[in-house]
Amino acid sequence: MQAFRTLTSKVMPLDRVNVDTDQIIPKQFLKRIERTGYGDFLFFDWRKDASFELNDPRYKGAQVLVAAKNFGCGSSREHAAWALSDYGFRCVISSSFADIFFSNAGKNGILLVTLPEDEVQLLLNRAASTPHYRLTVSLEDQTVKDDEGFSASFTIDPFRRYCLLEGLDDIGLTLRHADALDKFEQKHNADFWLAPKAEAQAGETAHA
Amino acid sequence: MSAPKTLFEKVWESHLVAEPANEPALLYIDLHLVHEVTSPQAFEGLRLAGRKLRRPDRTVATVDHNVPTTKDRLIIADAIAAKQIDTLRKNCADFGVELYDVQSPQQGIVHVIGPELGLTKPGMTIVCGDSHTSTHGAFGALAFGIGTSEVEHVMATQCLPQSKARTFRIAVEGELPDGVTAKDVALGIIGRIGSDGATGYVIEYAGSAIRSLSMEGRMTVCNMSIEAGARAGMIAPDETTFAYLKGRKFAPQGADWDKAVSEWKQLASDAGAKYDRELIIPAIELAPYVTWGTNPGMVIAVTDAVPDPAATQSDSDRRGFERALEYMDLKAGTPIEEITIDRVFIGSCTNSRIEDLRAAAKVAAGHHVHASVSAMVVPGSQQVKAQAEREGLDHIFREAGFEWREPGCSMCLGMNPDILQPGERCASTSNRNFEGRQGQGGRTHLVSPMMAAAAAITGRFTDVRTWEFKKPSGEFKKAEVLV
Repeated sequence: MQAFRTLTSKVMPLDRVNVDTDQIIPKQFLKRIERTGYGDFLFFDWRKDASFELNDPRYKGAQVLVAAKNFGCGSSREHAAWALSDYGFRCVISSSFADIFFSNAGKNGILLVTLPEDEVQLLLNRAASTPHYRLTVSLEDQTVKDDEGFSASFTIDPFRRYCLLEGLDDIGLTLRHADALDKFEQKHNADFWLAPKAEAQAGETAHA
Repeated sequence: MSAPKTLFEKVWESHLVAEPANEPALLYIDLHLVHEVTSPQAFEGLRLAGRKLRRPDRTVATVDHNVPTTKDRLIIADAIAAKQIDTLRKNCADFGVELYDVQSPQQGIVHVIGPELGLTKPGMTIVCGDSHTSTHGAFGALAFGIGTSEVEHVMATQCLPQSKARTFRIAVEGELPDGVTAKDVALGIIGRIGSDGATGYVIEYAGSAIRSLSMEGRMTVCNMSIEAGARAGMIAPDETTFAYLKGRKFAPQGADWDKAVSEWKQLASDAGAKYDRELIIPAIELAPYVTWGTNPGMVIAVTDAVPDPAATQSDSDRRGFERALEYMDLKAGTPIEEITIDRVFIGSCTNSRIEDLRAAAKVAAGHHVHASVSAMVVPGSQQVKAQAEREGLDHIFREAGFEWREPGCSMCLGMNPDILQPGERCASTSNRNFEGRQGQGGRTHLVSPMMAAAAAITGRFTDVRTWEFKKPSGEFKKAEVLV
């Protein structure tokens, strides 16, 4: 996973509430078995509108996306995070994110920054009206700043911050607890009423 | 004596593998459900890292999202979809995962077959790369949707790093009025709290109206938890739960059954347990609902009119509202019952179980689908389909002019050939009315199975509380049990 430390970039404003993952990447692209190559399909339906922000040359190359509340709601498809990342977005700023998308973004090195609604609205307005508008997002300092004096700090779960800063593989981190896992599992196996295939599980216990 | 605990806390605590300082807890996963769409990259990740699937015995797969629902579906014309399904077959064979494939008499939508096989049980932790995994919470399991990286994580380790969610108790009290179903309970809740109203929470549904629901109804309610943003929805197991599970393929038998039930009975939230948030809804306030917009929180009673954007609070909400009206081609003030429809879809992990089909068939019996409407019924699983056919429901639907299809996710998300054409308006028993969800440019209105059947027949949204129920015509006697 690509590490995230500090990023200075152009900003694409998306002043829409409840942007769902069906819009970020429509279902027809979920049939692919690859993990890459989704960037061309980002906001596939909305992009057909010439005035859609992604088609605006002013925002070309933007790595920061600012959107209104409840970004990433709906389906669990990680393809939404893959599409954003593939297209070049490394950071999304909003006043709230849906839970599953929040988790998926983190696994793909995308920093999600939650700011109060009025600050998000201010950034949306500035990104839309200020030529060459840029933001500097620092995960190290936990701040978002522009060149016009805007400065906000954000909170983030310390472990998530650490993983993003270091670009760490989650499975490797979990396997640090392999002993605890083995021990837990041994005991847990006997709880046959929590086993999916209770019959087989109970049988095994009986023979143990 | 320890502090009173909620159902969620009990399940959470019994699955804690480790609680490292300053890190999320490691939560053990009892059951991992897998389907063709969100798993290929995860299996590939295991291969690339040289990792094994830790617990194939706790992993179960089926094909549901991509499969066609026509009789000739063994050969899939869509080469990309066919490749994805073949990839699942190969992955399941390579990693030793039990697969309920398209020819299996147990194939079906993953959230329908888990419970019906008795894989889903109270007190378990259940995940799947699908947001509607919340369905399984109806059994008192902690069940939630995950992304593909997490799918790979569970495959490799059988656990997940998780931050503990906050708890939200929603009690629906009193008797549900006639014509108000589990789907209406779910839509009524989302209408009240909004499509992000429960983000960060696990909902526990309680109250006499919830207790009175069948397991099918409870699954419908828990299924829609994610549409309010909740990570999961849960209902404490009770006699209804145990009666549903008893005798199912993977349910414990004999003395084990009695022991299991005694364990499951301990799961209900203790008296005095504390929640982070609570909401009480009198059942009498609920009605048959129809969504009018492009998220499930944009919902209103069938007897109301499309609301006015001017009534919304913030500028961004108002713009979202206006955009939804434009997409849906609706004007504020239009009575819902005046909205005509082109298509009807009865199916999906929300409403494709036997009880849903019975309710729809009861409305359809003796009537005929409107001339300008095309309507289809897609059972949730092969077992649901077989049961419905034993009861003669297929006969009622066919006679009324509905198509009777093979099981799968179908037009809930249109990954298979079942899609809306641009501009078509659909009364759908599914769970999402997002732009283009059922097909690019398609317009989705979410309703209960009874409301969908009624709309199919009249060609417009119709209050099912005023419905004229008829006996099915023809010689088919078995179906009369319905009326």
